Amino acid sequence: MSVPENMEFFIDPARCIGCQACVQACSECDTHKGHSMIHLEYVDRAHSVQTAPVVCMHCDSPTCAEVCPADAIKRTEDGVVQTARKPRCIACNNCVLACPFGVPKMKTDFKLMMKCDMCYDRTSAGKKPMCATVCPSQALFFGTREQIERLRPRSTPNNRFWFGAQTITTKVNMMVPKTAQAQYIDVTAAMSERAIGKEITLNILTDAMYTGEEE
Amino acid sequence: MNKETIKATAWGLSVALVVAALILAGSRNLSHFDAALVGYTFAVLFAAFAITYRYAMWLQRPPTAIYWKRGWQVFFRPRHLALNIVNWFKRVTSEFVLNAFIFRRGRARGGAHSLIMWGCVIATAITFPLTFGWIHFETLPGDLTWYRAYVFGFPAFSFPLESWMAFLIFHGLVWASFLVIAGVMLAMRRRMRDHGAVALQQFGEDFLPLILLFAVSITGLMLTASYTWMKGYAYDFLAILHAITVIFTLLWLPFGKFFHIFQRPAQLGVSFYKDVGAREELALCRRCGQAFTSRLHVEDLIQVEKQLGYKYEMEDGHYQWICPRCRRAMLVLAQGRLWEGPSSTDATEAGVSSVMPQSSFGNPQTDFGPLGEEDRTNFHP
Repeated sequence: MSVPENMEFFIDPARCIGCQACVQACSECDTHKGHSMIHLEYVDRAHSVQTAPVVCMHCDSPTCAEVCPADAIKRTEDGVVQTARKPRCIACNNCVLACPFGVPKMKTDFKLMMKCDMCYDRTSAGKKPMCATVCPSQALFFGTREQIERLRPRSTPNNRFWFGAQTITTKVNMMVPKTAQAQYIDVTAAMSERAIGKEITLNILTDAMYTGEEE
Repeated sequence: MNKETIKATAWGLSVALVVAALILAGSRNLSHFDAALVGYTFAVLFAAFAITYRYAMWLQRPPTAIYWKRGWQVFFRPRHLALNIVNWFKRVTSEFVLNAFIFRRGRARGGAHSLIMWGCVIATAITFPLTFGWIHFETLPGDLTWYRAYVFGFPAFSFPLESWMAFLIFHGLVWASFLVIAGVMLAMRRRMRDHGAVALQQFGEDFLPLILLFAVSITGLMLTASYTWMKGYAYDFLAILHAITVIFTLLWLPFGKFFHIFQRPAQLGVSFYKDVGAREELALCRRCGQAFTSRLHVEDLIQVEKQLGYKYEMEDGHYQWICPRCRRAMLVLAQGRLWEGPSSTDATEAGVSSVMPQSSFGNPQTDFGPLGEEDRTNFHP
């Protein structure tokens, strides 16, 4: 069994409302029962409501697998980078530190790296991954390209990422605005970027102050 | 043939020759060698070559090579050698003798693995020395009721034929097969019932080894049943059938899941590498300023990535110096940047610290955010 070719994963962090439904649902997945593989973080909680939902992007040339000394990470023919094979993983942490997206997790007491495998038990049987099934804002969406184009007319999927001088292409797509006409998503250029929403917070305070003065 | 292949072939041939020499020496120039076991012997020699070949190829991969080198370096550092030796014994006991980490993955999984492992260890400890002629038995001169065991041709110990000791020794492979069969049954049960396992398992990788272990054990038991209760019925056929299963298993050792037996000890080297990393200088994230791993590990990874052809160099350093948590934040910030355009001011221009704020877990509970203490360091508090 493999993931059907026409079914793709589309992620749009800008739509994430931080509800954690994906975190809870992820831990229900049969391939890693009880452990959530999705990362959901507040980017800068003091100043912004922006959240960062990150699943495995399933790279075409996965750095995690290349730097694995035990050859424990395999990419199946359908492009899914599987979690570490249990007999082989020696828990060295290389993959955790090398993944450009910061995805793998280390379960040291199991001597095992664990990561999102796109709910392979479900997607290889034609179902949606747990996170995409429960995401209320569809920040995590699993479906066909036609469906996403119909649902998000202002966005377009992009699967090319820049990290310094390295381009990484992935099976998972990130939704970006059509108007940006982006050939790639430059991750390292966002090094000094600030969370969306800080200015809004300040504006609220400033507006309130001005309103008070007028009265 | 490239350089790596030549090196691996040379290692493989050398080890196979050493095993052959040990067979000659241990059997006293084949005088105690059982000619009926010649098929097994050649299978073992092939397995020795192929396992060493694969191991040598594996060790030459950039990430493995650096861990191999560093593992020995950190173990033999004079300042920590005594502690390392103590830890080595502790870890071998906990991880390999008791399989503690596999039991933590699941009791059924741990039970299955322990049964299979100890069954195979006992069987290997009995059959290999017997096959090579390293151990043989003789009756005591003038007393046909006593046996003496010889190890490498030297007398080791004696025991009466009609004793519990003799019964236990001569049925060693029976006890081993009981353990293996029980373990295989538990493993098969899990593979047929666990939805996660069903989705990921492959015949060659996951089922074939179990089938082979079962076949070896059950045909071995049939031999015992044949000569004990059935007056040797079909013994010759069963002996050939058993030989086929064992030889196929030996030939499969280098290729499939069985190879983890030889890879797994690398786990010990990794643990000493991590010990040193924790004691020495830490790597600070170039974005949030927090420590997330050892400096040694980051520098080694940069070297490995370069050897593998990755170009994660940035204008201001290397991407490997960014912690995993900041990488995740940067990913979504990069997407936000496309929607909203770059921030009007960056941190420096805004007059705040040049170190960017840390992101924080939506759910910091173990297993929902980090999976344990090491993850808490990787993703820092």
